[in-house]
Amino acid sequence: MKIAVLSGKGGTGKTFVAVNLAAASFQSTYLDCDVEEPNGHLFFKPSIDNSEEVRVKIPFVIPSLCNGSRKCVEFCRYNALAYVQEKLIVFEDICHSCGGCVLVCPNDAIKEKDKGIGMIQDGKSDDVRVISGFLNPGKASGIPIIKRILQKTKPEDKRVFIDCPPGSSCIVMESIKNADFCLIVAEPTIFGVHNLAMVHELVSVFKKPFAVVLNKCSNEENPAKTYCLEQKIDIIAEIPYNEEIGTVCSNGFILVRKLPKYRSMFENILVTIEKGVGK
Amino acid sequence: MKIAIPVDDSTLNKEVSMSFGRASYFLIYNLETNESEFVLNNAANSQGGAGIKAAQQIVDLGAKVLITPRLGENAAEIILKAGINIKKALASSVENNIRSFANNELNDLIDIHAGFHGHH
Repeated sequence: MKIAVLSGKGGTGKTFVAVNLAAASFQSTYLDCDVEEPNGHLFFKPSIDNSEEVRVKIPFVIPSLCNGSRKCVEFCRYNALAYVQEKLIVFEDICHSCGGCVLVCPNDAIKEKDKGIGMIQDGKSDDVRVISGFLNPGKASGIPIIKRILQKTKPEDKRVFIDCPPGSSCIVMESIKNADFCLIVAEPTIFGVHNLAMVHELVSVFKKPFAVVLNKCSNEENPAKTYCLEQKIDIIAEIPYNEEIGTVCSNGFILVRKLPKYRSMFENILVTIEKGVGK
Repeated sequence: MKIAIPVDDSTLNKEVSMSFGRASYFLIYNLETNESEFVLNNAANSQGGAGIKAAQQIVDLGAKVLITPRLGENAAEIILKAGINIKKALASSVENNIRSFANNELNDLIDIHAGFHGHH
């Protein structure tokens, strides 16, 4: 079963929840798809078995074949190409590697070359397989890295936890595309609720079974809980906002490994998901 | 000689646009004939790379001078490759900027920024 952990807003506790679920589960796989700021590895501190570079295709022009038709410049919706003084300029960091310019060139003047955009590390932390993606700063999109991470899982992997990027843009869609279940982490702020509504819409469009974990719960009012009750969304757990949990996380430890009394909270989340909540 | 200036309103009385790539229009001003033409900026609503597309448009319109308060590095690469001079706009009306340029009072724009890339 593949469980995607996502949230609209950053800092709600996606990594906290995903890491602890993976650590509380037996022989699980943790995938860090938040490739712009992967931080699950800071908690797992895995021993690395192998690293690989992720490359994409970037166009380059053969000037002797270019007749200045500008078909490629007109085609590129990211504006990664310009034609000045009878020369084609390629802005490599803006290119999204769609390959369209190669197809539309009437003179076959555009070819493609490989360009590294980041890497993937595959390792182990106790019995958890930890796979993390790292996008190099300044690159256009982490999607090729996410695709590669997701290819590394096998159908026989029992429990796979996908730590998604924040937001609801295409990198999140890529991360949840093949998930069996979406676990949304929400925090009790107005800003949090706004973005919770956005991911709520996203998982609904994707027709995924889903439920919410309310994180950082105190005795104060909880707008995220109110939203879930109004929208009839299943609340699968309420994680307290306390100093004990905060201190363990701030020191880079995994809660269920450091304080086993919290293990049952995460085990219950898994049991509830596997019973078919949110369908 | 044609001068290009990014503007948000099609009038000479308003200030120059603070944005190059996301300006609503480009004023193309002919210094010899004093004719002005406001051209829609095709790049204004681009998802990304607006500076590049806007710069391409300025090149294609045949401007020899660009007066702008700021310019991103990708746009600057195109503008400079095309041999267009870049002058720093004054925080004043379009009209005043044209007059200042004609009197040779505008400085070259040298502080090219790294681009906003979606954060505008």
